[in-house]
Amino acid sequence: MSDMVCNIVSGIVYLILAPVIGGLLAGIDRKISARMQRRVGPPIMQPFYDFFKLRDKQPVAVNKAQRFYIRGFLLFAILSGFFFFAHGDLLLVIFTLTIASVCFVIAAYASNSPYSQVGAERELAQTMAYEPMMLLVALGFYLHCGTFDAKEIVQSPAMNFIYMPGIFIGLCYILLIKFRKSPFDLSMSHEVHQELIQGALTEISGPTLAMIELAHWYENVLLLGFVYLFFTWAPAWSPVLGIAMCAFTYFSDILVDNCCSRVKWEHMLSSAWVVTLAAGFANVAFLMYMR
Amino acid sequence: MSYIKQSPWLVHYDGSSCNGCDIEVLACLTPLYDVERFGIVNTGNPKHADIFLVTGGVNTQNLPVVKQIYEQIPEPKVVIAVGTCACSGGVFHDCYNMLGGMDKAIPVDVYVPGCAARPESIIDGVVKGLAVLEEKQKALAIPLSEKHALREMELDPGVAVNKSQEAGK
Repeated sequence: MSDMVCNIVSGIVYLILAPVIGGLLAGIDRKISARMQRRVGPPIMQPFYDFFKLRDKQPVAVNKAQRFYIRGFLLFAILSGFFFFAHGDLLLVIFTLTIASVCFVIAAYASNSPYSQVGAERELAQTMAYEPMMLLVALGFYLHCGTFDAKEIVQSPAMNFIYMPGIFIGLCYILLIKFRKSPFDLSMSHEVHQELIQGALTEISGPTLAMIELAHWYENVLLLGFVYLFFTWAPAWSPVLGIAMCAFTYFSDILVDNCCSRVKWEHMLSSAWVVTLAAGFANVAFLMYMR
Repeated sequence: MSYIKQSPWLVHYDGSSCNGCDIEVLACLTPLYDVERFGIVNTGNPKHADIFLVTGGVNTQNLPVVKQIYEQIPEPKVVIAVGTCACSGGVFHDCYNMLGGMDKAIPVDVYVPGCAARPESIIDGVVKGLAVLEEKQKALAIPLSEKHALREMELDPGVAVNKSQEAGK
C-alpha cells in the first residue's frame, strides 16, 4: 500500500516540477547556445516570460479541431510522464507518448496552410524515424531486467548502461529528433528564416502555442528520465550519476545543435534507422544471447 | 504583472526600399548587438509576433500584403516604421505607384528615422515600442468570461483573403 502512495506522490511531484525544470532547461539551452555563438543571450527565465506572454495574447485559432488536438497533445504528454514517474510500465509510457505526437500531427494538419501541412508531414517522418528505437529501448530494459516496470529497473543489480551501450547510443540519436535539435529540426524550429516559417507551429498562436511549449517541457523531462534509467542501479549514490548523465546528454545535444545544419528528411529517416539497426538491434541480439 | 515587455517577438517586412534598413535590422541579431538578450525573437511568422517591424514605403502593390500581415498579428501589437522610407516614403515618395510612408496603410506607433536607420536606433525604437505595447495590453485587459466569448467568436478573414481564396478555390 505504501508503495502505491509513494508512486502516486512521485507522479504528482513530476506534474508540479516538470514544467519548472523543463522551462529552466529550455532557458539554459538558449543561454548556452547564445554563448556558443559569442552572444550574451536571453535571461535563463526567458521561456517563462514567453509562456506567460503567450497566455495573455489574443486567442486566435484557425478552427476548433486544432485546439482540441493541441489539448490532447498536452494531456497525453503529461499523462505519459505521469506513468513514467509513478513507476509505471515503460511500454505504456512509450505508447502514450506516441498518442501525444499523433495529436500534434493532427493539430498541424487541421489548417490549410501549406507550411503547416508540410510541417505535419515532416513530423510524421520524424515519428517514423524515432519510434522503432523507442520500442527497442523498452525491449532492451525488458531483456536485461526482466520487467517493464521502472521501479524495478532503477533497482537492478548492475548498471543498465554496461549491458545496453548500443541502445543508449540509439536513444541519444533519436533524442536529437525528439528535442528538435538542429540536424533533425525538420518539422518545426525556433530558428529564424527557415524555409517552412515555423513548420507545424505556423498556424498555432497565443495561448495554444503556450500549451505546446508546456507540453514540450513535460516531454523533455520525461525523455531525460529515460536517460536516467540507464545510469541508476542499486547503490544509493547512483541517482547522482543518473542526473549528471542527463545533464551531459542535454549539453551534448545543444552542442550538436550548434554545430550542424539541417539534413533532408530522407537522410534523417535512413540514418535513424541505420543507427537503430546497428546499435539498437545488435544490442538487443546480445541481450537475447545473454539470457 | 505583464510579461509582454520581456518577450517581444517581431516579424519583419520590407516594403519598397533599397534594402539598406533590412540589412541593419539583421545586424541587430548579430553578436555585436544581440537583441535576443532582451528576449526579442525575429520570428518569420506574423501569428507569433507582437511587433511589426516594417521598412520601406507602401505602394499600390504591397498595400494588401502589409495590411494582411498586420491583420494576422494577434492583439496587442505594435507597428514600428524603420527608416526614412517607412516614415514618409523617402526618396521614393514622388514615384507614380507610391502611397507614401507606412502610416498610409496601417497605424504606426513608433517612427525610427534614418537612411539607413542604425542598429542602435532600431533597438531604441523597439524599446520605445515596448512601452506602447504594455499600454495597449492594459487597455485590452478584459475579464476571463469575455475572453472565452471572444475565443468562440468566428473571426473575419484577413483583408486580402476572402473565404473562397482561403479554401484554395
